[in-house]
Amino acid sequence: MTVQACGDYAIIGKPVPKKDACIKVTGEAKYADDLFFAGMLHGKLLRSPHPHAKISSIDTSRAEKLSGVRAVITGKDFPGIKYGNTPQTRDYLPLAIDKVRYIGDEVAAVAAIDEEIAEEALDLIRVEYEPLPAVFDAEEAMKPGAPQLHDHAPNNISAETAFEFGDVIEGFAEAGYLQEDLFETQAVKQGMLEPHACIGQWDETGKITLWASKQSPYVVWKQLSMGLGIETSRIRVIQTYVGGGFSGGKQEAMPMDFSAVVLSKRCGRPVKFVHNMDEVLTIGHMRHPMKIWLRTGVKKDGTLLAQHLKIVADGGAYSSIGQLSMYLPGAMLNLPYRVPHVKYEAYRIFTNNGFCGALRGHTIPQVCFARDSQLDLIAEKLGLDPIDIRLKNGLRPGETTPNGFRIGTFGFTECVEKAIEASGWKEKRGKLPRYRGIGMGCGSLVSGARVMGHSASTAQVNVHEDGTVALVTGSTDVGQGADTVLSMIAAEVLGVGLDDIRFALVDTDTTPADPGTFSSRVTFWTGNAVKIAAEDARRQLAEIAAEKLKAQINDIVFRDRQVYVKNDPQRRLRFEELVRLAQHRQGKVIMGKGSYTSGEALIDFRTGYGNMSPAYTPSACVVEVEVDPETGQVTVTGIWGAHDCGFPLNPMLVKGQVLGATVMGIGQALYENLIRIDGKVMNPSFRDYKMPLTEDMPRLANVGHINVVTNDPSGPFGAKEAGEGAAAGVIAAVANAVYNATGVRFKSLPFSPDKILFALKESRREAECGKA
Amino acid sequence: MKHLSPVSLKVNGELYELSIPPWRTLLEVLREDLSLTGTKRSCQEGQCGACTVLLDGRAIYSCLFLAVEAEGKEILTIEGLARSAGALDPIQKAFVETGAVQCGFCTPGLVLAAKSFLDENPAPSEEEVRRATVGHLCRCTGYFQIFEAVLAAARERAGKSAPA
Repeated sequence: MTVQACGDYAIIGKPVPKKDACIKVTGEAKYADDLFFAGMLHGKLLRSPHPHAKISSIDTSRAEKLSGVRAVITGKDFPGIKYGNTPQTRDYLPLAIDKVRYIGDEVAAVAAIDEEIAEEALDLIRVEYEPLPAVFDAEEAMKPGAPQLHDHAPNNISAETAFEFGDVIEGFAEAGYLQEDLFETQAVKQGMLEPHACIGQWDETGKITLWASKQSPYVVWKQLSMGLGIETSRIRVIQTYVGGGFSGGKQEAMPMDFSAVVLSKRCGRPVKFVHNMDEVLTIGHMRHPMKIWLRTGVKKDGTLLAQHLKIVADGGAYSSIGQLSMYLPGAMLNLPYRVPHVKYEAYRIFTNNGFCGALRGHTIPQVCFARDSQLDLIAEKLGLDPIDIRLKNGLRPGETTPNGFRIGTFGFTECVEKAIEASGWKEKRGKLPRYRGIGMGCGSLVSGARVMGHSASTAQVNVHEDGTVALVTGSTDVGQGADTVLSMIAAEVLGVGLDDIRFALVDTDTTPADPGTFSSRVTFWTGNAVKIAAEDARRQLAEIAAEKLKAQINDIVFRDRQVYVKNDPQRRLRFEELVRLAQHRQGKVIMGKGSYTSGEALIDFRTGYGNMSPAYTPSACVVEVEVDPETGQVTVTGIWGAHDCGFPLNPMLVKGQVLGATVMGIGQALYENLIRIDGKVMNPSFRDYKMPLTEDMPRLANVGHINVVTNDPSGPFGAKEAGEGAAAGVIAAVANAVYNATGVRFKSLPFSPDKILFALKESRREAECGKA
Repeated sequence: MKHLSPVSLKVNGELYELSIPPWRTLLEVLREDLSLTGTKRSCQEGQCGACTVLLDGRAIYSCLFLAVEAEGKEILTIEGLARSAGALDPIQKAFVETGAVQCGFCTPGLVLAAKSFLDENPAPSEEEVRRATVGHLCRCTGYFQIFEAVLAAARERAGKSAPA
């Protein structure tokens, strides 16, 4: 289906530039670190050097006496209330009080007239620690007698999930073949370029304002209220431009945010905090490292019958969004393949490592790596084509999965077929020279999910007399293009230009409450709210136009800044003329509003049953690699992905999302690894934490991205998720391509040169022994 | 009392007479003393390229460069690029139009690196673009639309400078 065939849109479906791109290429866009306020002080945080210790005492007196220091605070300057995402996960303190649990845990904060003095002051704070035994391995931490991190969590179990749909025993009994594998994934960082940054102000009236780089400002707002013990009405969070999110901490209130406002109260001045990159890469919110055990039963023809998945995840020192992180891998075992019997057991374990949370796809890419690697293993054992086994088992629209996901639109087959076609799979597979290979991986994602009490998005469309529109939502653009796509929706409905729409940054005092930017929810959920709000404004205007033009309301058309009668376009008004008519003559200021929620019940993460999302997206990715047998280096020479985004509201932005997500997957597959030894991060810099670089990328001619169009009836103009789903299958695609190139199967991430060299040597040795 | 060094910096065609501690980096002085915050502070160790500015036309990491060493040189920051052209520079325009900008934090540095590179090599191959931008991290785009932008800008510049 072509884009044009999906509707005669004026703006929707066009590859228009991102609205804020102009002020970003000129350097005018203000990120949090770009704000300087009169009298502003600079803050720095003191971090624990111990992975696990009791705090006996903190002496800040010498630091306070340093010239230029204005205040020093510790955990005792806060009310001692733990905060977090859900009642089960409230285990953060703004600053540690009696115990530290990982190297990097915040214990004190300084405000000084400049950053150098603030850093110097940190060295003068005396903290007496009483070191405690520490544990860094999740399985060790589960054993009896292991050091315990939190009083409320016996055996260090942060979250556990177990569910079974169908009967795997029965499924395995029926199976003609069983495959069982253990996979291992590593700690990975979000790697956004903008470090966390904020400015806090506590004014004379007791009003607290935080300007900050946040992807979910309302979460921050609520968490600040929780941790400070102050009602939300006294707190205001103002979002700045965000230099990349990926759930690397910008979705929550952080110790820097609490410290900035409390230091501001002490000093009577605004206080700014900006993390150094070594702090960004050391502190919490990284991808969960996992041990993934997967047993699969299939018929001899490759039909999947049963899967049993067990996961032990190293959660690090704190909960983050614990239970959700553990629910997702099991839930997503139901997608994109049809598996009648599914059993799942998962443990998120506290250790004295930095804590883990979400990262582009949350915990889904890990399980997709395991599942789609294993599918290739099964296909090989049964002499099946790896494509056929995927197509045979792919879910179809209209099915309901064992765990209760209702599948609406779902172009899985098309994704696989398009990726095959674009990559030249049939010409390449089995025909490439030695040490070159091609592989496929597939995945799935949600278009937003109901994961907490408040899940609705809301929009206001304020129409002004010059014919422009102020679009106010609670959603944040983190670079993905929400500003543009949401504005395009409003512009399409009202028949005005994209430039006529102004997109507001979140300010909790004036924008509507919103859950935030996560789970690939913004286009779908806020997009629907914007569409409803714009239609509300259009209806108000159409009533006035119908009266003026002596026509039926339903015959009024809004297009190209004109409002006219269908079938008689000469009877028309300019859009701004109509707005002025409404506002000046009739005293009606046009404001549309709309809210959207999926209407689904909150999932019980313990039983695992229910329809998490209003729409699901499948994706398929083909990767071609070349392996250097001398160095073990893997070079990605081609990537082709197909993704069902429902309908691409802006194909240029969708392409950026899909390719960006794909390259992040390649990073995790081949390069990235946050190395921790006894809880200490050994590579907290962009020099040593290896993210993909330009020269690691394949040539443009070998990069393909295909939108599979399914026009989801519940999405705004047919759209579904685009930002995360494409990342899900990439790691397995790389694993399968490396296997195809070398004949060596890697089940532990990343596929670094040392591992590859060692494995190649082993396989050569085995081959020689076999000959002898 | 901190030791202060006098320094005169020519930034975007304007001369600034400053007294600064000699250990301060060009990045710090541009952002904090001259309020030119388009130059971004990220890794501060010469790995990410977000702080790139042009010094006599050559791209440098301003986080690794002492401000006092820039005395007598022409410094171009992202704020000077658009202004000197009166409108967006073809490179900026290409970044906007090809979708090379997402979060935008790497963008000023990459735009300036591309300018320095295209001034030296007006008709680059894709491979040369890749090599010229290898000192820049972008976590959003996967780089492909950035390559497209630089190549599009090269074509646009060639079109403008070609004889009628």
